Amino acid sequence: MTRQSRLHIPVSSARPGERPDFSYLQVSPAGAVARPAVDAESGSIQDLAHTLIRVLDEAHHAVGPWNPSLSADVLRSGLRYMLLTRLFDNRMLKSQRQGKISFYVQSTGEEAVAVAGTMALNAGDMLFPSYRQQGAFLVRGSPMVELMCQLLSNTRDMCKGRQLPVCYFSLKGNIAAISANLATQFPQAVGWAMAAAIKSSDDVAVSWTGEGSTAEADFHQAVLFASVYRAPVILNVVNNQWAISTFQGFAGGERLSFAARGPGYGLASLRVDGNDFLAVHAATTWAAARARAGAGATLIELVTYRAGAHSTSDDPARYRPVDEYRSWPLGDPIERLKRHLMVLGEWSEDKHAQLTEELEAAINAAWKEAVSYGTQTEGPRLNTDLMFDDVYKELPPNLLLQRDQLRKMRS
Amino acid sequence: MAQMTMTQSLNSALNLCLEKDPGVVVLGEDVGFFGGVFRVTDGLQAKYGEHRVLDTPISEGGIIAAAIGMALNGLRPVVEIQFADYIYPGYDQIVSELARIRYRSGGAFNAPVTIRAPCGGGIRGGQTHSQSPEAIFAHICGIKVVMPSNPYDAKGLLIAAIEDDDPVLFLEPKRLYNGPFDGDPNKPSIAWSGHPKGEVPEGHYTVPIGSADIVRAGTQVTIISYGTMVHVVEAAARSLNVDAEIIDVRSMVPLDVETLCASVDKTGRCLIAHEATRFGGFGAELMATIQERCFWNLEAPIERVCGWDTPYPHAFEWDYFPGKDRVVAALKTMLGLP
Repeated sequence: MTRQSRLHIPVSSARPGERPDFSYLQVSPAGAVARPAVDAESGSIQDLAHTLIRVLDEAHHAVGPWNPSLSADVLRSGLRYMLLTRLFDNRMLKSQRQGKISFYVQSTGEEAVAVAGTMALNAGDMLFPSYRQQGAFLVRGSPMVELMCQLLSNTRDMCKGRQLPVCYFSLKGNIAAISANLATQFPQAVGWAMAAAIKSSDDVAVSWTGEGSTAEADFHQAVLFASVYRAPVILNVVNNQWAISTFQGFAGGERLSFAARGPGYGLASLRVDGNDFLAVHAATTWAAARARAGAGATLIELVTYRAGAHSTSDDPARYRPVDEYRSWPLGDPIERLKRHLMVLGEWSEDKHAQLTEELEAAINAAWKEAVSYGTQTEGPRLNTDLMFDDVYKELPPNLLLQRDQLRKMRS
Repeated sequence: MAQMTMTQSLNSALNLCLEKDPGVVVLGEDVGFFGGVFRVTDGLQAKYGEHRVLDTPISEGGIIAAAIGMALNGLRPVVEIQFADYIYPGYDQIVSELARIRYRSGGAFNAPVTIRAPCGGGIRGGQTHSQSPEAIFAHICGIKVVMPSNPYDAKGLLIAAIEDDDPVLFLEPKRLYNGPFDGDPNKPSIAWSGHPKGEVPEGHYTVPIGSADIVRAGTQVTIISYGTMVHVVEAAARSLNVDAEIIDVRSMVPLDVETLCASVDKTGRCLIAHEATRFGGFGAELMATIQERCFWNLEAPIERVCGWDTPYPHAFEWDYFPGKDRVVAALKTMLGLP
């Protein structure tokens, strides 16, 4: 009984009160990683799972073979959507604190993941996001009022009052309904892609899941099916370092990258600087072209940092240094793209301030409209009859009876 | 005796079991350094170390399977599934493995795993943080299923579950962690302090699994309930001034049929209330059992007040929740009250 346990327990590099330490993070210099042909054999490009694809260098120039050479207009559009996502998050966080919405999830610090990824795709490509890719909805044109009404569970809520805030969908924008259950969307995206291949369409499916969620069996099912059928799918692992209180080591990230799981399944796998808008855009473009060419699926690890709390129910000060984000080696995605545009002479601090003001005004106007359709505390309220719809296509006898019972009680 | 919330009494139970038996280990998502999202395991890793209170990957199937393996190797694992709603990735391991290992090995192996899982609604958690899945586990032969409704029972039942040589699913009504709840969301929250069942011994004791609790003796009607609903039915009976005998089932499997039926034989009337969906809910099993045993003493049909047959809807939480009004209406019908 006196023998020491031989079990290995992953240890976080820094806990509250300690100095942030990201020395575990392997960072390649911008431009250092080669860009193979999109139809390269997955076995010949395994090193891409261990390096880090980066385009923006320390001087804010775009360098190397992965530079997507995007126009200034596209770059400004990317900056706009990332900034909009952040400001939207800030405003909704405030609304939650004011008791107007019950719960919220921010994507602060990782806006490039959803924004650049979605911008690099075609409109017909189907998205299967987790609850932290709200930027995808903004890029795909979901009106802010529509998103806010979902958050408010009000009379215009797309989910008819049934879902937690942030579990949006967009039928028009080809975005699947977000589930709060972890990684369940990952293998579903593979199935959607298999159907696209069966139907001989050129569409691809794209999914995102957190690094913590790769522990769920769903992740392994997804990469297996994607590999076996060479499904036209892009599987993104958003490694934002923290899954509530457990750091990425508890998801198996201590010795090998998350991208490194792909080669074991025979998948092309890229490890990418997730805070580098250009790198995320380029990697997604490469993977989409590969999928459309019939060369199969790609697993992409997007290395980023969850700057905010897990959700409004979480307090990260209990488990990580409060200032950890300031030491994050890959910086802030908005700041980096902004600097790049300024280096190109295509942007300025004045324009940035002006854009911020414009977006904040748009968010405030949208919020004003959204709350007119009801909030948690103020009417109008959804009709309680709606609770019984959509359990099935048609109401079975037990639900008809229960709907009547509730109507009588309410009258 | 000490004043404890349910969170504190559960923590006390885990603390005592970890102290008493070096084979007890606690594992789950965020249970270690952080102390659990509901703080039930707070301070335990600091006290017993990272080799006995383990943070795990987010893999409910993996957690439960690993616990089975640990149990087969002589440990007594206590698993936390962060929300009962997230237990399903572990369902195969529970149903096909944990519940049957004793049976299928002719009694040669057993896996004394306790699975703790917060359940129930009332915290605006929507369909993925509010479920009460007791019936789908009670249906599985080989695993015990319990749900306390107060700090005293919570501690005694958890110690009994951990010390039990059979696997136990231990469901914790999360709305009751910090105080009793009579079903009215507009009232200010009440604390456990001052509630008689908030008085909890600091030392070791057990509440036997398989025993129901007569919360209040009465003559007019038997109300059978468990979890959060125990407090709701108490408030409903009080508001109607009905002399109800209120029984907290506490243990769905095994079920204390004798206590339930003796009461119904006495009162001649029975109302069953639970938060879970009505169709195929545990109330159906209670109803069938009581009808078989007490038919000749029944003076009115047995009634059920349950959640509707829908997922738990975020915006309609208090329309879904089987609150006091619905219990009162059922009591009036049964007792012929105006």
